[in-house]
Amino acid sequence: MHIDAELIWHNDFTSPTFDAAIIPGGFSFGDHLRAGIIAAASPATEIVRKLADDGKPVLGICNGFQILIEAGLLPGALLRNSSLKFVCKWMNLQIKNNDSAFTCKFERASTARMPIAHNEGRFFAEEEVLNRLEAEGKVVMTYAGENPTGTSRGITAISNKDGNVVGMMPHPERASDSSLGGTDGLKVFESMVEWARC
Amino acid sequence: MLVGDLQTTLTPEELEYGRRHLGREPNALEWAMIDAEWSEHCSYKSSKTILTQLPTTGKRVLLGPGFDSGVVDIGDGYVLSLHIESHNHPSAIEPYGGAATGIGGVVRDILCMGNTPIALLDSLRFGDITKSDHSKWIMKHVIRGIADYGNCIGVPTVAGEVEFDECFEANCLVDVACLGVGRKDELLLAQATHPGDSVYLIGGSTGRDGIHGSTFASRTLTADSESDRSAVQIPDPFTKKLIMEATLESNNAGLLRGCKDLGGGGLATGLSEIADKGGTGLDIQLETIPIREADMTPIEILISESQERMLLVTKQGTEQVLHDIMRKYGVSFARIATVTSTGTISILNHGKLIASLPTSFLANAPIIQRNSRIPQLRKPTPPLKQPIDIHQTLLALLASPTITSKEWVYRQYDHEVGIRTVAKPGEADAAVMKLPNGKLAAIKVDGNSRLCNLDPYIGAASVLAECCRNVIAVGAEPIAFLDHCQFGDPNDEEIFWSFSTTVKALADFAKAASIPCVGGKVSFYNQDEVRRTAIKSSPVLSVLGLIEQPEHVTKIAFKDEDDSVISIGPTEAEMGGSEFNHLLGIGDGEVPRLDFELEIETQRSVLECIRKGLVTACHDCSKGGIGAGLARMAVAGNRGAKIDLRKSGRNLADHELLFSESNSRFLLTTNKPTELIQYLSTRGIPSADVGRVTSDALLVKMSSTDLVWSVDALRDAYCNSLQRILEPWQK
Repeated sequence: MHIDAELIWHNDFTSPTFDAAIIPGGFSFGDHLRAGIIAAASPATEIVRKLADDGKPVLGICNGFQILIEAGLLPGALLRNSSLKFVCKWMNLQIKNNDSAFTCKFERASTARMPIAHNEGRFFAEEEVLNRLEAEGKVVMTYAGENPTGTSRGITAISNKDGNVVGMMPHPERASDSSLGGTDGLKVFESMVEWARC
Repeated sequence: MLVGDLQTTLTPEELEYGRRHLGREPNALEWAMIDAEWSEHCSYKSSKTILTQLPTTGKRVLLGPGFDSGVVDIGDGYVLSLHIESHNHPSAIEPYGGAATGIGGVVRDILCMGNTPIALLDSLRFGDITKSDHSKWIMKHVIRGIADYGNCIGVPTVAGEVEFDECFEANCLVDVACLGVGRKDELLLAQATHPGDSVYLIGGSTGRDGIHGSTFASRTLTADSESDRSAVQIPDPFTKKLIMEATLESNNAGLLRGCKDLGGGGLATGLSEIADKGGTGLDIQLETIPIREADMTPIEILISESQERMLLVTKQGTEQVLHDIMRKYGVSFARIATVTSTGTISILNHGKLIASLPTSFLANAPIIQRNSRIPQLRKPTPPLKQPIDIHQTLLALLASPTITSKEWVYRQYDHEVGIRTVAKPGEADAAVMKLPNGKLAAIKVDGNSRLCNLDPYIGAASVLAECCRNVIAVGAEPIAFLDHCQFGDPNDEEIFWSFSTTVKALADFAKAASIPCVGGKVSFYNQDEVRRTAIKSSPVLSVLGLIEQPEHVTKIAFKDEDDSVISIGPTEAEMGGSEFNHLLGIGDGEVPRLDFELEIETQRSVLECIRKGLVTACHDCSKGGIGAGLARMAVAGNRGAKIDLRKSGRNLADHELLFSESNSRFLLTTNKPTELIQYLSTRGIPSADVGRVTSDALLVKMSSTDLVWSVDALRDAYCNSLQRILEPWQK
């Protein structure tokens, strides 16, 4: 994509001199205690918070989404899948909101295919929070059709009020190469570049 | 045998050999170290002489059996490493921890070659889950153990197979294989070659879990085995992930001279093996080993199989850099030994010598020559005469646990982490992984215990042939294989005969096909004393293939309407060991023949057709025969086909035509049928154009009937059966 990017070890992430940040998936701190909660309390998260407060694009993918929620940068909670099992599967998604840092290159209400792979991806929030998220257009993506985790209202990606912080359970980086199953995920990163340039 | 107060698995002859060789009575600690290292599990003392028949060299082979992993050269400065492990006994009594630590072990085997683990495979055998709640329990927890561990360490579980048979009720088999990739110039060996180098123990502390794990695995299971749960190690995948990263970074920084996985037999085994391979000795400072409980005895410390530990041999003068890397990842480390030129393993406790054994004596158990006896031949049952409902039988076969889709299993595995998985579970006959040099690796595991039970020679050779076919079907050339031989008690002469015959068959086929064996494992004592049953002979094979061009990758789904469906290879009335016979409760029958020459020529020809771009979908035709094969291709592509099996030549009964598991067969589709069939006939490969891909149902014309299955009916039988058995409450 011809942009400068750097992989940074969490302890080395000490200064917010970046235009955007992505917290990738994984098992930070082995999911001990609760997925994402220990990482949310780490110093690196404070730098992420500064970037978010400055309006820079911040994306949490999978465990990154869990960390953003535990850090209070996004509302709600991510509970264990209703099947009580890990689910790894390509899913059809609906783009609900293209006014976010990571979906601005998508058409609104278009569909995309990306895979999920997680144990705790069932988004949960009180009814009024869900209503508000929907009313304000902060639901970024939902499952189109099958809901594999029992997540509320099919929600699988949300953003903060300003749209610069997005958490998503699907893995766009796994949908960025046609030989690996599809390229719809590339648009997530292209959106980030566009948003950061504006 | 009891030596003093110490319970060992050593025989009177081994005790005598030990005393004679040393010229003295070893002390209790020394006997415990000898016991761990000379266990069947670690020493291969019964199997070594038999295994020498296997071909282990080839143009790509850099390291064959005898190392932690086999290593093959794939060009452009890169290597692939592969290894297989089982955790059968631990999984039988503690399925979650047993299976998870099996993954942990095989990943370390790749890691200690300096390679990055990129794919896991699992090959599982359980009792009959349609009848046994115990086997359901074992299966669910084994799979959760593999999923939780593999997912957390970020290594995708990309392929596997599951077989169900009553003989595995008390002895489940849990085999896991791992594939790694690395740079040839960064390849590490498990050896300590330079006196003065330091030996570090990194990772978890040493505790009382996994005490006697490998000696526990070197005897049969009894009613008391439940109390052996402390012999099962405790998994900690997050620590393993940190160890992986820290080890690879240390190797990239050029700090390491050797690396050794600590598995069976613990420190006693790991230390003696690195010294033996390097032709050196070690001075081990016992008090420097971090322990979890203060009152652990020296014996417990040396033979504990606590997980998540590695030995690193570092070059003199690089210690400080190593400390920094370990601190970055929060990995505990301790310098526990110095490499010496003494040729002796010495254990010092606060400066006092408490054990001293010659390295080569400790690391090389005396070989046991075992007797074998040919079992009485079974009388084959006469062929089936009564009419059967072919339509229902195909659906029943698709729903039978061994054939049915393992989606319930692989959905729980992150099979894509690492972003290399080109052919995902269920899409193709083998997993296909992208490699850094632009080529692709294809890998698969296979087994067939019922066939091997009826005829160990044909069975083992057929499993290896099938595994090669699976790799060929995705467009890869088989370049190496692993064998994992799993049997009952080797003291039983008939069981030992089955083992020897199995290895002979593998050696014969591998030599004919010019495919080297680069590693493997032998697991004996898979039998339980309560029900007095041994498992059926269960060799599990893993074949690695290489795909030169991405466009050669071929999957099983029917792709385009009007593609021709081609059946390759002869179908014969040989139903012995088939799933069809099992479904009907027929335990024996005539087993499929295997013509090595035809098999190998067929494989090479099919690969050539794929490389020429003549093939749109390809599937090895094995379990469940042509019927199950066509159904799988239809379900995967969500398309039907109009098939006339009368064209496939011989005058067989309908059930034989559709369900025979004859060897040397493929089903494929093509949009250039004339060219393809002509090419095959010039190479003498029997093939028939049997029909066309269509948009709707699967229609099959046979000698006495025409049958139609809707793709939905096939899908329901094939895709939903495991869930119905294991989680009947889920919709």
